[in-house]
Amino acid sequence: MIENFDLSLVDWSRAQFALTAMYHWLFVPLTLGLSFILAFMETIYVRTGDEKWKRITKFWMTLFGINFAIGVATGIILEFEFGTNWSNYSWFVGDIFGAPLAVEGIMAFFLESTFVAVMFFGWNKVSKKFHLASTWLVAIGANLSALWILVANAWMENPVGMVFNPDTARNEMNSFAEVVLNPVAVDKFLHTVTSGFVLASVFVVGISAWFLIRKREEELARKSILIAGIFGLVSSLAVALTGDTSARTLAQVQPVKFAAMEALYEGKTDAGLTVIGALADSGDRIGEKKVHDVKLKIEIPKLLSIMTTGKGSGYVPGLKDLVNGNPERGILSVSEMMERGTYARQVLTDYKMAKELGDKESMAELAAKFEDKDFIDNYFKYFGYSYFEHPWQVIPSVPVTFYAFRVMVGLGFFFILLFALALWFHKRKTLEKNQWFLWLALISIPLAYLASELGWIVTEMGRQPWIIQNLMPVHVAVSNISAGAVQTTFWLFAVLFTALLIAEISIMVRQIKTGPKH
Amino acid sequence: MISHAFLQSYWWLLISLLAGLLVFLMFVQGGQSFIFSLPRNDMQRKMIVNALGRKWEFTFTTLVTFGGAFFASFPLFYATSFGGAYWVWMAILFSFIIQAVAYEYRSKPANVYGTSLFDTFLFINGLLGPFLIGVAVATFFTGSDFTLDLFNRVTWGSGWHGLEALINPVNLLLGLAVLFLVRVLGLMYLENTIDDPALAESIRKALARNAVPFLVFFLAFVAFILLGKGYRADAVTGEVTLVRYHYLHNLAGNPVTLILFVGGVVLVLLSLWLGIFRGSRKAIWYAGSGTVPVVMALFFLAGYGETSFYPSSADLNSSLTLAKASSSQFTLKTMMYVSFIIPFVIAYIWYAWSSINKKRITSEEMDGEGHMY
Ligand code: HDD
Ligand code: HEM
Ligand code: HEM
Repeated sequence: MIENFDLSLVDWSRAQFALTAMYHWLFVPLTLGLSFILAFMETIYVRTGDEKWKRITKFWMTLFGINFAIGVATGIILEFEFGTNWSNYSWFVGDIFGAPLAVEGIMAFFLESTFVAVMFFGWNKVSKKFHLASTWLVAIGANLSALWILVANAWMENPVGMVFNPDTARNEMNSFAEVVLNPVAVDKFLHTVTSGFVLASVFVVGISAWFLIRKREEELARKSILIAGIFGLVSSLAVALTGDTSARTLAQVQPVKFAAMEALYEGKTDAGLTVIGALADSGDRIGEKKVHDVKLKIEIPKLLSIMTTGKGSGYVPGLKDLVNGNPERGILSVSEMMERGTYARQVLTDYKMAKELGDKESMAELAAKFEDKDFIDNYFKYFGYSYFEHPWQVIPSVPVTFYAFRVMVGLGFFFILLFALALWFHKRKTLEKNQWFLWLALISIPLAYLASELGWIVTEMGRQPWIIQNLMPVHVAVSNISAGAVQTTFWLFAVLFTALLIAEISIMVRQIKTGPKH
Repeated sequence: MISHAFLQSYWWLLISLLAGLLVFLMFVQGGQSFIFSLPRNDMQRKMIVNALGRKWEFTFTTLVTFGGAFFASFPLFYATSFGGAYWVWMAILFSFIIQAVAYEYRSKPANVYGTSLFDTFLFINGLLGPFLIGVAVATFFTGSDFTLDLFNRVTWGSGWHGLEALINPVNLLLGLAVLFLVRVLGLMYLENTIDDPALAESIRKALARNAVPFLVFFLAFVAFILLGKGYRADAVTGEVTLVRYHYLHNLAGNPVTLILFVGGVVLVLLSLWLGIFRGSRKAIWYAGSGTVPVVMALFFLAGYGETSFYPSSADLNSSLTLAKASSSQFTLKTMMYVSFIIPFVIAYIWYAWSSINKKRITSEEMDGEGHMY
């Protein structure tokens, strides 16, 4: 197979995917949440017939449209990037991974784009009811888009529902249900869409607060705060809950990522959960990777053990155990996995060779291995490890995952408080009196975006060096093109997307300052 | 048990259908390519942009779904073509990114770059999108410069990574044919949706001017591929050879392809006659009903009947056939069930579309209150 990897090609391809995905994610969560907020507002309008609600709906809808266009523009690129930049990956998993993407197009994107047109242009052309239904369908379509892409993404983290076919040298799907009901997919979908709801609610509350600060459109602002406050409070509680279940699942399927998030090097029982901490170089090393000490630690005793194993005395493995192995706890060392993976790969190569030579006897013998349970569970499972040179290569960046995770969770709890206060002051009719709160709500908008991007940083950086957990490392997945080509497109995207983002923000700010039409 | 071969054919049928719909829906791009030349005043331009702007999402989403369906059903094509012909696909993508924001942002206050830049984006997308997609599809017949290794990793021969397709005159013929076709479709759509006699007059003249190059390029391309060599893939051994008249043979040998092709061409010609000589507003429907089957027929020629649909000119045996490039039987079958909702999707798109297009666009509407580009 390919033995020489061009590392700068890999790095530029990663950088390009990260750049484009992070840009896409600047726009998607607002779509996910604002679409529902619009649906709530329009429902009130249709129920009460009160024109004020129509005006409010239309105001937020304008902002929705500005955001939506750029979300679509950045999305198309991601889909094709699987082919252009990760072609080896696309081939290896296309049989499974392609399916959700196709379903997404057929089921979700058309729903969304068809009814978006009705939502914007249909006000005077279709009946009130049909218009309302369209607004709801946009919200459902947007969130279905999220479902399918997240099913695909979850599969990368926890590949299920497939068998390896030695003839085609790729994984093939054998259960669509398993792919869709993958526990990681369920957690991921629920956590991600609810986080989008939170972001959109913070957005609406924040902008409404600005109107109150400016003493303009006060009725619109108060009504919007009420809707977004309720939606936001419910969603932010759901975010914390689903975040917690995500972490539990994670501990089972990606223990290395989990240990990195907690900067846990030595496995232990009665492990506490670090709420706040700072990392310092301990001087110790695992291979070439630094080992960090957690300083200034505030810890909740036993919670980590409880979260991962269900009991306070449960054992949580650390990075050292996971890399060097821990026979007592039944943890295989990475070097052992590398050997087993290399064996599995050798069997595959032998099979291919026998096939080339037309050696039927060897072929039959080797093919049988791929149906042998022992071979599948104890050797083939570690196929991807055969691509590493050193065991420590399986450790992701600990500081990135550790800090990104803490800031996200911290902000998650902060938003719960923010929405609770918003509703409280709304109820007591003291929003205007608490100017500090209005400012706080306004500056929370960028914080919501931060939390949201950081969540993905945890997920995606934390699973490095894998593109598909245990099966394929990132450096094997890349297309066979020159690093220079990817570098060029990286900068083209960086410039174009930044230019478009500037236009988007500028237009958005102007629309907000102009306020709703009369 | 549904056979793997049947499922592969079924998915190629759907890919062909999506391709046909995509080319038809690129009337949006065709219309955009007139944004500077057709309108006589700002109001006309505004009407044109708004007429197209209500439909651009459909084209875009069809393109996205076309990509997704190709990925799911023929992943080796996805990996080979996208990962190899990098620059062509990137150029196509860039031209669509700039389109997506252009409508929404062009006339909004504080859009930073001014209306004319966003209109230029629409213009560029209008020309480049259809042209490059045409060129890319032409390589289904003319071949590309790649080899696959034992593990199906692609190596592209030319450092141009796909741009070399632009120096093959046959590819250019299809690129230009698609470009002029969608320009014709764009004009017919505008004629259909906008109520403005002065504009209608300009449209009719432009229609005649664009129909001629379309016919010339299209017929030249068809003549080249039918009379030239084609990539035949042996049904038993899978060996690929270049055979004269192969596509002609495919056309004559498959009555469905033949009917789609001839029927489609007749409908397109009829639409041109209606549009140019009768000034009919209905021409777009004939042109659309003709475009879809013609494109499907071209895809059938490339994919069905012992043919390699993505041939390699560098190493014949690296060429992709439906059987070699496809997903597993299980995946194709699962996806087939999903595909059964497509008629439902088409039905609601149709319903929503007509509910918005009930009234034609007028200058009064443009001066009104609604959501406007
Ligand atoms: C407004 C955004 C936001 C907020 C406030 C939170 N999250 Fe989150 N989180 C996300 C937005 C997000 C995300 C962007 O949606 C991610 C990235 C991938 C995913 O599944 O969701 C994510 C990922 C993510 C993961 C990683 C999942 C994986 O690697 O597969 C965990 C463990 C948590 N979150 C846990 C939490 C907890 C315990 C929170 C406490 C309140 C929390 N998140 C708040
Ligand atoms: C929209 C939210 C997302 C964001 C912000 C995001 C972020 C990132 C980042 C930062 C990286 C680079 C990691 C590194 O190289 O260190 C990355 C890589 C990648 N992500 Fe995501 N991601 C998102 C969603 C997804 C989804 C939904 C998928 C798949 C369906 C996906 C697939 C990939 C792939 C294939 C790579 C490249 C290979 C790799 O580095 O592992 N991402 N993403
Ligand atoms: C990295 C993998 C991803 C790919 C390949 C991808 C692909 C796309 C594409 C092609 C579009 C345009 C669709 C259209 O034509 O209407 C789009 C838009 C959208 N995507 Fe993604 N996407 C990715 C990540 C995500 C994630 C992680 C989510 C949500 C959790 C998401 C949710 C959406 C939504 C809601 C839209 C609608 C438009 C908008 O953003 O406002 N996408 N995406």
